[in-house]
Amino acid sequence: MPDLGKYAFEVLSAYGVSLALIVGIIVASIARARRVKAELENVEQRRRGNG
Amino acid sequence: MIALLARDLRLAFRAGGGFGLGLSFFLIVVVLVPFGVGPETGLLGKIAPGVLWVAALLACLLSLDRMFALDHEDGSLDLLATSPLPLEGVAAVKALAHWLTTGLPLVLAAPVLALLMNLPWQGYGALMLSLMLGTPALSVIGAFGAALTVGIKRGGLLLSLLVLPLYVPTLIFGADVARRGAEGQDFATPLMMLAGISFGVLALLPFASAAVLRVNLR
Amino acid sequence: MASLWEYANPLKFMRTTERILPAVSVLAALCLVGGLVWGFFFTPDDFRQGSTVKIFYIHVPSAMMAINIWVMMLITSLVWIIRRHHVSALAARAAAPIGAVMTVIALFTGAIWGQPMWGTWWAWDPRLTSFLILFLFYLGYIALWAAIEDDDTAADLTSVLCLVGSIFAVLSRYAVNFWNQGLHQGASLSLDKEENVADVFWYPALVCIAGFILLFVALVILRTNTEIRARRMRALLSREREA
Repeated sequence: MPDLGKYAFEVLSAYGVSLALIVGIIVASIARARRVKAELENVEQRRRGNG
Repeated sequence: MIALLARDLRLAFRAGGGFGLGLSFFLIVVVLVPFGVGPETGLLGKIAPGVLWVAALLACLLSLDRMFALDHEDGSLDLLATSPLPLEGVAAVKALAHWLTTGLPLVLAAPVLALLMNLPWQGYGALMLSLMLGTPALSVIGAFGAALTVGIKRGGLLLSLLVLPLYVPTLIFGADVARRGAEGQDFATPLMMLAGISFGVLALLPFASAAVLRVNLR
Repeated sequence: MASLWEYANPLKFMRTTERILPAVSVLAALCLVGGLVWGFFFTPDDFRQGSTVKIFYIHVPSAMMAINIWVMMLITSLVWIIRRHHVSALAARAAAPIGAVMTVIALFTGAIWGQPMWGTWWAWDPRLTSFLILFLFYLGYIALWAAIEDDDTAADLTSVLCLVGSIFAVLSRYAVNFWNQGLHQGASLSLDKEENVADVFWYPALVCIAGFILLFVALVILRTNTEIRARRMRALLSREREA
């Protein structure tokens, strides 16, 4: 860790908040993508079963 | 189109038409501010132009959702859309009716409320001028927001979220005219910008509002 | 010669993008991690700003993305209005939350960066204020999509909102500059961008910018395909209900 001097809190909180938000939207996007893919599979299977 | 205007005005003045609503809200907000910030007249006088503008803006917002929604519900909006009147004209007339029943009364009530806020005497003219020139923009922009949300049940909150950011430039220049007037400074530049915004949105937004109404009436 | 419009076909779009997604993601991760590590660990402090200059490596890319994503949404909205390609409308819908997050990051890092200079955690600096307004535009756009059930109606309404919003966003930028022209001269963050930034700061920043762009591309591909699937599912479900 470089010596951040008197601005250590500012710099670390800036990086911390930003990285948390980036990770957040990545995780949320992947989770939603998986869920919708699975649900679509379900509906498609039902169609193939009925149709 | 005159007939449409007359009809809307008549509806607004009837009981439950919402005519006094904007005015009462304007009064209530202005009365609340001193309770919030303290009664010191120097402070009140300093923030008066901004507070009056924000209160006027919020009061305009109140009656926006009834602009198209009532007609949409009883089917008269469909009739208007299929009539020989251009939908752009309908949108403009609706905005005009809104201004006459909400914006204009605010302009006329402003001096009384400015008194409550200890606005310096020299600011009264600029305040009324800025509201007179700015409230039409608020009605036209509001009409666009109302057209967007006309099909949404209980879309009032969404309407506010959409319209308030659009109000920011009008608010900035309008309040600036009022503030400069109160401080005795020259307010020509913001006044011109305000006029530009008002005329600009009046010329362009009805087209967007009509397009959006057509989508919602499909 | 294949035309870009072939990708308006949802299936072709999904197949092609899902093939390149892994590569884009890896590249994005490399640039992001590489650029941020380079900037954080291996660059000197600034004479005036001390170590807060390190915030530059997140603030500048995120601010650029916040604006460029809105521009992308504007272009895809126009494509929807003119050519009615569903993929375009869904891409705009997919991009909006990413843009909103970028705007928040730009706001946070901008405010934190300014704190040592201005002495407060928030100052109504014209650039930060413009980003705050932009964030509200993003919120309204996302909310409108969510409020409307019919997909085509939602696409039409949100695209018009994006158009009108863009005009007002530019107008607001000028209004906000006018509103706050007197204060913070010389301490405005925009000054830092316009000054000649030394190479030692600029090169890691470039890598970070590339990383953010690639991150956006990867996320928007992922999210657009999700939207395409969701739309197909809604269509199938409504057909089931009618049957």
